[in-house]
Amino acid sequence: MGCGLCEVHCLVEHSRTRDVIKAYLRERPSPLARLRVERQDHLFLPVQCRHCPEPLCVYSCLTGALSRDPTTGEVHVDEAHCIGCWTCILACPYGAIRRDPQRGIIAKCDLCPDRSLPACVAACPNEAILYVEEAL
Amino acid sequence: MPRKTSQRGTRYLIVGNSAGGIGAVEAIRQVDANGPITIVSDEPYPAYSRPEISGYLAGLTTVERMLFRPPDFYERNGVEAILGVTASRLDLRKRGLELEDGRTLAWDRLLLATGGRPTMPPIPGADREGIFTFTTLADADRIRAALSPASRAVVIGAGLIGLSLTHALVHLGVPVVMVELLDRPLANALDREAASVVERALREAGVELVFGQTVDEVLGQPEDGEHVGGVRLQDGRQLSCDILAIAIGVTPRTELAAEAGLPVDRGIIVDRRMATSHPDVYACGDAAEAFDFVHGVERVTPIWPNAYIGGRVAGLNMAGRETVYSGGTAMNALSYFGLAIVSAGLQEPGDGPGYEVLVSSDSDTAYRKVVLRQGRVAGLTFVGDIEKSGIVLGLMRDGTDVSAFKEALVAPDFGLTSLPEELRRQRLAPFVTEAA
Repeated sequence: MGCGLCEVHCLVEHSRTRDVIKAYLRERPSPLARLRVERQDHLFLPVQCRHCPEPLCVYSCLTGALSRDPTTGEVHVDEAHCIGCWTCILACPYGAIRRDPQRGIIAKCDLCPDRSLPACVAACPNEAILYVEEAL
Repeated sequence: MPRKTSQRGTRYLIVGNSAGGIGAVEAIRQVDANGPITIVSDEPYPAYSRPEISGYLAGLTTVERMLFRPPDFYERNGVEAILGVTASRLDLRKRGLELEDGRTLAWDRLLLATGGRPTMPPIPGADREGIFTFTTLADADRIRAALSPASRAVVIGAGLIGLSLTHALVHLGVPVVMVELLDRPLANALDREAASVVERALREAGVELVFGQTVDEVLGQPEDGEHVGGVRLQDGRQLSCDILAIAIGVTPRTELAAEAGLPVDRGIIVDRRMATSHPDVYACGDAAEAFDFVHGVERVTPIWPNAYIGGRVAGLNMAGRETVYSGGTAMNALSYFGLAIVSAGLQEPGDGPGYEVLVSSDSDTAYRKVVLRQGRVAGLTFVGDIEKSGIVLGLMRDGTDVSAFKEALVAPDFGLTSLPEELRRQRLAPFVTEAA
């Protein structure tokens, strides 16, 4: 339905203060939502990293900052090693990776490591975003 | 009786310790957990991110932070790394690789991931001191050691390597003149519009640009003729400098393959499995001619992601998992000087039949261009607004007919929702459940 609550909860989850007002208005660098809702007429699609089994972003990463955990299958970025070259953005066939221009690095879904369920999934009032674990 | 030369055997031997070699190791270990792997490299360090030598020269990063994989990578993957030793001769019949230190390594499967070396033009005077290339960590160290507070640099070549070096030198406060034979920077990677954005950024950063010129002669210093003091251009102009960098491209390192009798054109010729004409010898990366899905032929596309993916395909095949390389093409992302530019495939197709060019722009902040050939994406350029470019590259990779929604590809709100429903569902298939 395009409410965008997933974006709000994602942004707050990835903020320093975890306070919605401060996260949106005061924090610098400004926190970023790692997913975005695409809107086209009456079509709404929340797009976040799919944690691909054959991750082109990882294969394209110039620095080794992106990696896929062989046991969980999760694709993560090590922010300390990201140089913001944007090669992964060009490689991702889902357009799921964002630029964080203030920090000069990428921002992508990390599946909310501090939560049992990702914030976007927990916040969706329509249960339109699902979190499903599959055997590797 | 002890043998004079030690001969040791390994299941997988990889020559080259950069993107392609590491891609192969990681692929082999997905299939074969224990087969012995040996990597030989003439560089003395663990694999590092070559593109980061720019940040390294600028003093923005360290060797430790530039490592492409964690320090325990080799140990954890059971890889013997023979570093700082050049491979000197390949014997296909005996399946041996001779090293310059006299050792010979026997192999069952071999990968030549030897990369490229900087192309050196035959310029009179180019044997003077103060002339550099910029593709390795050692190059960055040499330039750093040569810099003085009064240094002035001339960089020959305004391609990616020249740009990465210039970025570092500007950061260090060194005045730079770039000399480029063509009429714009990054002429092989960008269209005119995107190149003009780069040109503007370079000029704003204080870089002097000279186009349509090349260096006819390297001049010595008045007081020390052994050392570079400047250059004389084709048109007679003289530029003074004490640092002269040559960045006109890289030439595939194919000697091992060629001397062993493997077919070599510009690069080592490989099939879609990344195998050479010898069934157990593979090649990848800047040294190889692999399939380009835009041009539909095998050619050298010396970029990091293609090297990694080619190495990965080679590694899977070496370990016995049949895998076909789906192909790569020239693609680049640029972030120097605060830019955000991506490009892939054909940039300036001309007026050939069957081509169509779609362009859109938002004043100064964004520029989007997609080149179509017979209704399929053959090239893309995005400036500023780059985050959905990967979807377009994906359509290009898959050869999807985009005629029905072509205008959407350059729309500001382009995304997965711009694709026709069937195509979108197909792309998201592994991840989307049908509504109940």
